[in-house]
Amino acid sequence: MTRIDEFELLGYRRPDGQVGIRNHVLILPTITCAAQTAKRISELVDGTTTFIHQHGCAQVGTDYEQTFRTYVGMGTNPNVYGVIVLGLGCETLQALKIADAIEKTGKPVEMISIQQFGSTLDAIAQGAKKAAQMVQEASLEKRTPFSFNELIVGTECGGSDACSGLSANPAVGEVSDMIVDRGGTSILAETTELIGAEHLLANRAADDHVAKRVYEVIHAMEQRSIKMGVDIRTGNPSPGNIEGGLSSLEEKSLGAAKKAGSRPLMELIDYAERPSKKGLVWMDTPGHDIEQLTGMTAGGAQIVLFTSGRGTPTGSPIVPTIKIATNTAMFERMNDNMDINAGTIIDGDETPKDVGIRILKEIALVCSGKKTKAEILKQHDFGIWRIGPTF
Amino acid sequence: MKSNKKALMLNRKDDIAVALSPLFPGDQVTVKNDTFCKQIDIKEAISFGHKFAVRPISKGEDILKYGEVIGMANSDIGEGCHVHVHNLEGKRGRGDKIDKN
Repeated sequence: MTRIDEFELLGYRRPDGQVGIRNHVLILPTITCAAQTAKRISELVDGTTTFIHQHGCAQVGTDYEQTFRTYVGMGTNPNVYGVIVLGLGCETLQALKIADAIEKTGKPVEMISIQQFGSTLDAIAQGAKKAAQMVQEASLEKRTPFSFNELIVGTECGGSDACSGLSANPAVGEVSDMIVDRGGTSILAETTELIGAEHLLANRAADDHVAKRVYEVIHAMEQRSIKMGVDIRTGNPSPGNIEGGLSSLEEKSLGAAKKAGSRPLMELIDYAERPSKKGLVWMDTPGHDIEQLTGMTAGGAQIVLFTSGRGTPTGSPIVPTIKIATNTAMFERMNDNMDINAGTIIDGDETPKDVGIRILKEIALVCSGKKTKAEILKQHDFGIWRIGPTF
Repeated sequence: MKSNKKALMLNRKDDIAVALSPLFPGDQVTVKNDTFCKQIDIKEAISFGHKFAVRPISKGEDILKYGEVIGMANSDIGEGCHVHVHNLEGKRGRGDKIDKN
């Protein structure tokens, strides 16, 4: 077997020094009214990617800021070579401000406004021309060697079953430790699904401030369900989790926390915020798979490890998502969607460490260009965690 | 974890074990870890991944898995019986338990 430290990583060096593992031109609609136009531009120009969403207007305060940060983060993610920011014109979240923020990374940015350019068809024509030129420039970029210490790896579990906490999540925990030990960053998220396991993370906090923040974000998340006057179990664990054998949110959380491995918790960051420290960091996100994936992507993760027991197709428009099955039966049934089988741990054939090494090897391959199943199936999911009402 | 073993108890403090293959009433399963070894008579059908009690659990007691609390028994649970949403209640995020006055 190849030694871990011989795994070769080949990525695209960006003007700000970061390394991308994909070379997308992103058509970024900053308002729902521009999303269909963005989709049409992307259909016309090979090498571009985009996503559909329903946000960008009639938002205020921290909710506005979080959505703004998410759009900017999608554009600044190092997997993106350049961005065509696409606005309507009259909306709350102004495309020009978002374009300016992305441009600070030094990457190519163009701005299109439907109202300013005339109409939908004019915006499509202008946007497609600019995108075509940018794709050709992007195609001249070459992959060069980089190190694990330049990687931000997102970790996530979705469609969990009782095997999640026994097989795939402990294997991802091993990977998290290996990434951290090599100077990289591993993001733990889904605050909802850490309710009941927060003491284990707080005990590993690098300092008292981080420990205090752990209890604060857990309290805030738990209060959201308490204020609604409902048992959180009406939504989480989900019916599929329950059928898979999980009985309570605490049980799901204790399994989910296994993804965090055993290294100290260095930092607790806001949704879609970029980690300021290396090592294990916790991003405050909901348990919702796609909102969480989007938050980690906007936070600069180049790659995401996603474990599932029930099986899920989820992927990102700009970040490769390695899907890890918790059980062999689902891995075989949903092989179109799954990249790695951790069910071998349940079968007694491998340990979490064995599977962790296999995952690390897969990370190296995917970082250097191997496509994941979710990428091949064009699973371009996107969802923002909204924290305020629409006005 | 050996493939011939049918159940897994994760921590010696745990009240439950996880079925790693479907179990049926009348099955006898040996549940063990470093310091615990016991033969359990399975009383109810237990699906793959579901839990059964490795000792009698009384109503109101905390139920432990991974050595941590995963909820509370809302009825007495016999050894070898299925432990799930019908007799285990989560204790967190319980807005329904808040006095509305």
